[in-house]
Amino acid sequence: MQPVSDFRNSELALRLVEKIRRRSKGPARLMEFCGSHTAAILKYGIRQLLPPGVEMLSGPGCPVCVTDQADIDRAITLAKVPCVILCTFGDMLKVPGTYSSLQQTRAEGCDVRMVYSTLDALDIARKNPAKPVVFLGVGFETTAPTIAASIAQAKSQQISNYSVFSLAKLCPPVMKALLDGGEIKIDGIICPGHVSTIIGSKPYEFIPREYGVACVVAGFEPVDILMATDHLLAQIESGRPRVEIAYGRTVSPEGNMRAQELLAEVFEPQPARWRGMGDVAASGYKIKEKYREFDAECLFEIHPGQAKEPAGCCCGDVLRGVIRPTACPLFGRACTPERPVGPCMVSGEGTCASYYIFGEADGR
Amino acid sequence: MEDRVLMAHGSGGKLSHELVTRCFVGKLNNEWLARMDDSAVLDTEGHLAFTTDSYVVTPIFFPGGDIGKLAVCGTVNDLSMSGAVPLYLSLAFIIEEGLEISELERVVDSIQRTAQEAGVSIVTGDTKVVQHGKADRLFVNTAGIGRIPQGVNASGSNVKQGDAIILSGTVGDHGMTIMAQREGLRFSGDLSSDCAPLNGLVSEMLKVCPDIHCMRDPTRGGVATTLNEIAVQSKVGITIEDAAVPVRPPVSAMCELLGLDPLYIANEGKLLTFIPANAADELLDTMRRHKYGKDAVIIGQVTAEHAARVTLRTRLGTSRILAMLSGDILPRIC
Repeated sequence: MQPVSDFRNSELALRLVEKIRRRSKGPARLMEFCGSHTAAILKYGIRQLLPPGVEMLSGPGCPVCVTDQADIDRAITLAKVPCVILCTFGDMLKVPGTYSSLQQTRAEGCDVRMVYSTLDALDIARKNPAKPVVFLGVGFETTAPTIAASIAQAKSQQISNYSVFSLAKLCPPVMKALLDGGEIKIDGIICPGHVSTIIGSKPYEFIPREYGVACVVAGFEPVDILMATDHLLAQIESGRPRVEIAYGRTVSPEGNMRAQELLAEVFEPQPARWRGMGDVAASGYKIKEKYREFDAECLFEIHPGQAKEPAGCCCGDVLRGVIRPTACPLFGRACTPERPVGPCMVSGEGTCASYYIFGEADGR
Repeated sequence: MEDRVLMAHGSGGKLSHELVTRCFVGKLNNEWLARMDDSAVLDTEGHLAFTTDSYVVTPIFFPGGDIGKLAVCGTVNDLSMSGAVPLYLSLAFIIEEGLEISELERVVDSIQRTAQEAGVSIVTGDTKVVQHGKADRLFVNTAGIGRIPQGVNASGSNVKQGDAIILSGTVGDHGMTIMAQREGLRFSGDLSSDCAPLNGLVSEMLKVCPDIHCMRDPTRGGVATTLNEIAVQSKVGITIEDAAVPVRPPVSAMCELLGLDPLYIANEGKLLTFIPANAADELLDTMRRHKYGKDAVIIGQVTAEHAARVTLRTRLGTSRILAMLSGDILPRIC
């Protein structure tokens, strides 16, 4: 494998920029699905290097951001159940729910713990056998196998106080929903790199076939992203959209079979609600019946009451690529990473946070 | 003497006296402490700089330093950044009951060595012991007094358009060392804190360039946050080159792994200085001859555009805002 520095090589990157400029004949609208791509594009100022006709839109690929308001409220309700230890990735702590956040709930005395992996949560369950330990399972196909692994491990090791509140989601169904919605016209998609490591590139094949939209799976360094952009433009200019991999060092068409088997063992797809997009068929990972004793939804009554999204928050529109964060009236004023109003300003993968932190100097 | 610090060591009685005599006065030996009076009586003249800082780092010993070295360097450096010659330090401990006395002695030995290197005297001190669980092993506070030489006027609000910006060396060493220790990362072998007293370097710098506009040590929040503070204070724009900022390979590798930017990571032995551009080359030569400035580089300049903002030129030649550190969860690093 090449060292990561090769993919940051500015000479190589600028050569690709030249290639892209020569190739670009007309307008092209590309969407980077994944929040980590948005962050890298802004961090390296890649949009400034592209020909004027090539537009890049940010997609909904941030698991924290797409978590529905009602689900955040349910997580907070779970944290308030007496004796429960709620384990979560750090990003979720600050996401505002309708009335509170996990961070605030923790300050009020509830036991909410930040973990780096599901195995940390499993460890907490082992050390606190008298308390129910619930892992807040937010993530895409990248994280879902580790959640599945923790459930399988809890079953084999009989850790009966461990459960998962699964809010994990699948990406291809929401890509379909986005294209079906027809609100924005996209010519090409930079497909998520890490997600594709697990699921491979085959699940995107319906996109060029049914929608005529070009697809390239990309890594997260400047050279990766520019290479993917070049491939996308080549497909668009030639009028022959297909799925390509420009991240061959970790992604194959088939993906990681072991991880997929584990996912199929523990989860089954169910409809899930996405912020800004509503219910999307077969886009959520539901814990299978045979693992129901580890499904927090079966173990606890979770009724938080009516959810309400914060007034003026445009996260939904940002997630669908309908507006850029800077068009939201709250951006940078009422909503900042210190005091986020919506989830897109919280996560490092959130489009609004990326725009805020890596803003372009001339304010574009 | 006992192996561990007991509540009685902070009671003011005989055990307290023993601890103070053996651990502090004995090791930090100087005329002011030897007098054992309630306060140190000092002779000074001219303009004084006065500063204080508390140190709560965990773990208290780490590669490249410990809480004691940090407590001396932090205060010495704060004084130095205003151009002062550090003279006297106070030293106060809040000790969690149960701390091993041998560890306390190691910390005091380190304080003594660092104070000696920096040429400062610890002239007064205090010790409190709190119950187990009420503090995390050892907290230290130091305050310091320094004398400002005539003609020196270094301040965050003194930066001028056209100034060159020099960084004294690599960034992120301290913060990543502490983070690796805390997270128990096993590949952290090459990481070491840069914790160092900078008054020697500053004194050499002032000799060749008395007209230094500003000096700042980029501690918590790192270079990015410090530059933003100065841009606001002086109402100027600042532009830096990403490729010019030196980062040691183990630091950049670990930042990569944890998704952090070295420009936001704490340093404890580095400084940023703003100087008239025509003085930059000579100052750079001087800094590079000093052991704490050998990797010094010009990283950018002060501009008229984008007042109160910091702009980063990326390796691809594009530019973006370099924002202030915003609300991240960071461990106790100093």
